[in-house]
Amino acid sequence: MEKKLIGKRIPRNEDPRLLTGQAQFVDDVNLPGMLHAAFLRSEYAHARLVSLDVSKARQHPGVVAVYTAEDMGKDWFPGPPLVSPPPTVEDVVFHSRRQVPLVKDKIRHAGEAVAVVIAENRYIAEDAAELIEVEYESLPVIMNIEKALEADSPLVHDDLDSNLAAQLSQKKGDYEAALKEADVVIRRRIVIERGAAAAMENRGVIAQWDAKGEALTVWDTTQAPIPIRNGLAARLGLSESQVRVIAPYIGGGFGPKIMMFYPEEMLIPWLAMKLNRPIKWIEDRRENFYATTQERGQVHDVEIALTRDGKVLGLKDNFLHDTGAYDPYGLTIPINTQCHVMGGYDIKNFTSEFKVVFTNKIIVTPVRGAGRPQGIFIIERMMDFAAKELGIDPVEIRKRNLIQPNAFPYEHGIIDQAFAPLILDSGNYPAVLQKTLDAIGYEKFIKEEQPRLRKEGKYVGIGVVPFIETTGIGPYEGARVTVEASGKVNVATGIGTQGQGHFTSFAQIVAEQIGVKVTDVRIVTGDTSEFHWGTGTFASRGAVVAGSAIHAASSMVRKKIFTLASKILETPEEELELEDGAVRVADMPQRFISLGELALLANPLRGAVEPGTEPGLESTAYYGPRYGPTAFGAHAMILELDPDTMMVKVRRYVVTEDCGTVLNPLILEGQVHGGVSMGLGNSYYEQLHYDENGQLLNASFADYLLVGATEMPNIEVHHVETLSPLNELGVKGAGEAGAIPVPAVFAQAVENALSDREFEINEMPLSPNRLFELVKS
Amino acid sequence: MESTAQNLFELAVTVNGTRYERTVEPRMLLSDFLRHELDLTGTHVGCEHGVCGACSVLMDGRPVRSCLMFAVQANGHEITTVEGLGTIDNLHPVQKSFQEAHGLQCGFCTPGILTTVVAFLEENPDPSEEEIREAISGNLCRCTGYQHIVDAVQLAAEKMK
Repeated sequence: MEKKLIGKRIPRNEDPRLLTGQAQFVDDVNLPGMLHAAFLRSEYAHARLVSLDVSKARQHPGVVAVYTAEDMGKDWFPGPPLVSPPPTVEDVVFHSRRQVPLVKDKIRHAGEAVAVVIAENRYIAEDAAELIEVEYESLPVIMNIEKALEADSPLVHDDLDSNLAAQLSQKKGDYEAALKEADVVIRRRIVIERGAAAAMENRGVIAQWDAKGEALTVWDTTQAPIPIRNGLAARLGLSESQVRVIAPYIGGGFGPKIMMFYPEEMLIPWLAMKLNRPIKWIEDRRENFYATTQERGQVHDVEIALTRDGKVLGLKDNFLHDTGAYDPYGLTIPINTQCHVMGGYDIKNFTSEFKVVFTNKIIVTPVRGAGRPQGIFIIERMMDFAAKELGIDPVEIRKRNLIQPNAFPYEHGIIDQAFAPLILDSGNYPAVLQKTLDAIGYEKFIKEEQPRLRKEGKYVGIGVVPFIETTGIGPYEGARVTVEASGKVNVATGIGTQGQGHFTSFAQIVAEQIGVKVTDVRIVTGDTSEFHWGTGTFASRGAVVAGSAIHAASSMVRKKIFTLASKILETPEEELELEDGAVRVADMPQRFISLGELALLANPLRGAVEPGTEPGLESTAYYGPRYGPTAFGAHAMILELDPDTMMVKVRRYVVTEDCGTVLNPLILEGQVHGGVSMGLGNSYYEQLHYDENGQLLNASFADYLLVGATEMPNIEVHHVETLSPLNELGVKGAGEAGAIPVPAVFAQAVENALSDREFEINEMPLSPNRLFELVKS
Repeated sequence: MESTAQNLFELAVTVNGTRYERTVEPRMLLSDFLRHELDLTGTHVGCEHGVCGACSVLMDGRPVRSCLMFAVQANGHEITTVEGLGTIDNLHPVQKSFQEAHGLQCGFCTPGILTTVVAFLEENPDPSEEEIREAISGNLCRCTGYQHIVDAVQLAAEKMK
């Protein structure tokens, strides 16, 4: 079937609501009799909670209740269980230490909640929180992941022997043998620091307990409403059908909105039941810095073995990964790093061991990229160092090592974050790289422009980096597609949505099959009362996994439409056409039935129904991949740098993305642009600065610098479409791709611009100050 | 609110053409007043310290950060929020352009950008790309990388000529 809607630049269905202030976000929910919560959070990063006096707060006018860990009685317990358990591979170490609803005995990071105040309004709740008297006994603070593993280090969790949270080794081939054959071996230590996800909307939870109806409704800024519902039901002793979790319009996710569970996500529903009043808690921006998860801290000791002509024989990468005070997200991030540290290259011999380390920092869970940017930064830095040492052009050394188009599916023989085998399903890596080089004019820049500009005293540099992105992992998603009597189509799926354009790209998939207008497809996401099987929006999997389920359900509905129409129009199915909301007899356009009429006939009020018939033009389908498709791309950047101030101007930025079938290029370009802006932040602007006491020194948007409109270049986006054989649509994920290679491209371009200086970039993020230090030292 | 025993203040303000009279605490932020007292929840709060610009509204036609103002400071003034620009069935040209150019993703920062842009285009109906970037440099967006926002503003300027 020729595609009419998939692949088209279609403006979004959801925009009119969002543009007029009519889209409902969590904080917009206003319930009669609603109370408001404020949390008292620890100022210490590591301390014993000696005493807590909440009496003044309780007496404050307008305060309804104040709760501490003690007040929770037997309902106080850590958890709930992990997002994902550790893999069942040999020699894995994993110590699960889960976050607590309120601190009972020991504070493990600054910002951990010690008490919650419930009051008539938020102003009063915050006033009262200030009246709580806390006595802390401060403890030595563990900030550095290397020192945290030293024998005499203080412990984050006193019941463990050390601050080691987890350990895992993965191998392929024989690295030691490769090392012996190598002409050149390059070793480096590379350090990557933390950034924030910084969605524009902070987190929020509203809970309403209907005591007579015995039903709990929760509005939550979560990326995973169904697991939240299931977890809440288990924790609160309710049936899953008594709990409805709604994730309405969400103001950006980027990973941290899927941390099951945040303490507030457990406490607010529990309190709403306890007090039998609706309760709202909305995080403020400072809390977002202290209580919402972060990512990226790792220290790598990496070694690459090559032949004289630049062929990589083997790679060894041992690294430490900072998980912060707890490890609720299992091994997702460091395994992702392991799976990306070979990049898109054909590397036969590999060994990698990581150690996950507890520190007195805020909890680490995935942020857009989720361990992938670190892996790509490591391998691409090593490629640059190798190119320099061997005197090979940096693009040429990459070309010599890329996986070739005939090598797919390419099995790495290690496991991925879902514990599935790491198999790169399909791709044409050299073509993507070449398209990028042609678009940025690599040869011309190196041979003509750069020398000319250098003569004019301008420091310009180029960076080109290819990368992979594993996407679309399982376990599964589902969807229910219904043609209604209006002739319009309703679709319900279990994942949440945070701006990815699901209301449009999913509608395109449906409309393609069912022959209706894209605007006549209504998509419902993130409401467990509409669809209650599924996991959530993460790992660049919405289009792949939910999209494939929607495609499957739509195909089934299409079949039902043809079967019924054939009967009613008394015409064989192969002579029917489905278009413009009606089924027509080919060559007899006056003989047709509209989808609305068909839907009515499929759900009759009277009359005999044939045995085995399902009512309605409706189908539910699920899609679960054995392993996820892997997208590929290449980024190229030309930047200009002022060597006196180290201020940078990005002159050009080119992206070629191969995420298989493009559903909607307009939406895809938007995803890429946003990813690149976060990647540029991770390169040169955004770093969470902790002091030695575990205090964040830049916990505001005045001090933590997000990239603004004046820093962002225009990005040229190109596509190559190598369809994934793993799903019928041929799609691969793209949500995180934009962010992944940027720090690696940036580092290469900076070194290229300052090629007359002796320095090396072995860290991320940089800043003008830090770059100045590196170049001058 | 009486329970806090603070002085209360009589406030009269015109929002999107409608006059409202309310009694408020002097410390109530304009953003909270619009959202919670008037139920105009289109104005979003992203940082509450005046940096992100999501809460921007127009006061007498000029953009202000409603999280940095007390409601009482708007006494006697005219406020325009995103709800006052256009409706779902009759979008303002700036809103229409944002849809066409895909100038929004999650849409959380969008109301503040729309109000800022409406005021900007009145002042500068034919802006260069650089001027547009400068004009929205006080509004943070985490989703779009700004490029489609810039496209949308250019498109709106065309439409409004």
